[in-house]
Amino acid sequence: MIPLSHYLTLGAILFCIAVAGIFINRKNVIVLLMAIELMLLAVNTNFVAFSRYLGDPSGQVFVFFILTVAAAEAAIGLAILVVLFRNRATINVTEIDSLKG
Amino acid sequence: MIQFNPADLVTLRPELFLLGATCSILLIDLFLKAAQRDVTHWLSLLALAATAALVYCGIPAPGQSVPAFNDMFVSDGVAGVLKLFVLLMTGLVFLYGRSYLRDRKLFIGEFYLLLLFATLGMMLLVSAGSLVTVYLGLELLTLSSYALVALNRDSAASSEAAIKYFVLGALASGLLLYGMSMIYGATGTLDLAKIHAVADFSTNSPHRTLLAFGLVFLVVGIAFKLGAAPFHMWLPDVYQGAPTAITVFIGSAPKLAAFGMAYRLLEGGMGGLHGQWTLMLAWLAVLSLAVGNLFAIAQTNLKRMLAYSTISHVGFLLLGFVNGSASGYAAAMFYAISYALMAAVAFGMILLLARAGFEAEEIDDFKGLNQRNPWYAGIMAITMFSLAGVPPLFGFFAKLMVLKAAIDAGQLWLAIVAIVFAIVGLYYYLRVVKVMYFDEPADDAPLALPPDRAFRWSLSLNGLALLALGIAWSPLLEWCNSAFAAVAK
Repeated sequence: MIPLSHYLTLGAILFCIAVAGIFINRKNVIVLLMAIELMLLAVNTNFVAFSRYLGDPSGQVFVFFILTVAAAEAAIGLAILVVLFRNRATINVTEIDSLKG
Repeated sequence: MIQFNPADLVTLRPELFLLGATCSILLIDLFLKAAQRDVTHWLSLLALAATAALVYCGIPAPGQSVPAFNDMFVSDGVAGVLKLFVLLMTGLVFLYGRSYLRDRKLFIGEFYLLLLFATLGMMLLVSAGSLVTVYLGLELLTLSSYALVALNRDSAASSEAAIKYFVLGALASGLLLYGMSMIYGATGTLDLAKIHAVADFSTNSPHRTLLAFGLVFLVVGIAFKLGAAPFHMWLPDVYQGAPTAITVFIGSAPKLAAFGMAYRLLEGGMGGLHGQWTLMLAWLAVLSLAVGNLFAIAQTNLKRMLAYSTISHVGFLLLGFVNGSASGYAAAMFYAISYALMAAVAFGMILLLARAGFEAEEIDDFKGLNQRNPWYAGIMAITMFSLAGVPPLFGFFAKLMVLKAAIDAGQLWLAIVAIVFAIVGLYYYLRVVKVMYFDEPADDAPLALPPDRAFRWSLSLNGLALLALGIAWSPLLEWCNSAFAAVAK
């Protein structure tokens, strides 16, 4: 049987990749959306692993909620992205800098 | 075995009513022509008023709380007070935003529906009894807010603000969730009351590391949502880029909800780790006060200046939390209410001056306002003095209470830092007053006021309320104190 710590390590690695993806990425907003999804999946891994380890199903129920909200979040994110592209004709992260100060 | 208890539906009466009313307004709005949009406007206000009446009737006696749905939802004094003010602020947003939106061809049903859903999310959030409810309420609020910021589809600034808000908001939700998963792993439950009972941070506890990790992520997530430095990056861009009618909303009601969320998670769930999180919040408060006040000085855009002032006010709000007792939370809630009321007038004034094709969002647009319209210049001056914390206005007593809470907690240094930065803050608030009273207006003509009488009256009343509550502040403070009667002194 695979111990809990392996799942937690996997979750932590996924989470770090996602955060790095958000902060290091200088190219494309779509990559940001992918990083956000990856972050939520890292959390889901944690919840499912803990839930199985503790023998308590409520963590898995939470995962269903997170998955549903993540779908809604992706829909809104992509919609905003479409609006942004229509106005600015770019989705390059470095060019989205008209608001600052 | 999970049992369904029909009495739980009675506890959830205000939320269920608002949900039903919102869905009805959604359907009614579909059949209305653009010229009949006022029907949606008044129906939405009616729905908010009726929900507020239901909330008021359902507030339990001080110190008592009514759980529902296996403790997923809690109705208590804190939730009651916060919900009433959230509903009030949303109502003000409806009243203030109408003429601005109409001038910009944004007077559409979506504005009302998204705001009503966001309000429902906030009501759920401040009543949350479990990590699941916290998350769902928060997401209902933030997903609606992202869409609201992007409401003006043809504005480049608006869509840029929306994408920044979305990415950083989603990052904050992710951090918060990661913390929640750690806390779930350490305590084996999602129920906040049970987490409070089970969380064991003693040195020989096997879950010590897990809890500490979870707590840090939780605090970071809360700081993001509140807009505390160093997690404030989204705030100035969103305030500036969003249509001003939406900025009124983002700047007022969600601050109350974020306070509610912080209270539920930190006191309700992690109360046992009080000694750990107060230190983190103290540093967040110092950074917010410094960043907010120092950056605000350099701004020429009033919306952006008010965004940085929000960050500094969040710092003050956190001073109340540092105390971690009933009186500290009451002071923080009092502060959140005062800030929401002040921010509503400040952004409302920008809406008042704005016309079709003119945003009035630069500080210079307020030049010589006293000569053009002394009454509203006076209202704006009251608001600026109140934000700066000049007695005898509302903002002064709110600051006094949180400073007292910090000193009672033995954090005298924190109170001194706060006072120093409050004096720095005085500079940029008074600059607006100076521009209004001592500079020559660019245009001598009397101010063309929007024809919407409900807007003008509610804005004046809101401004005068800052004066009235500055004189008669004790009943509101008493109310806040009684809401926290259940928390240990």
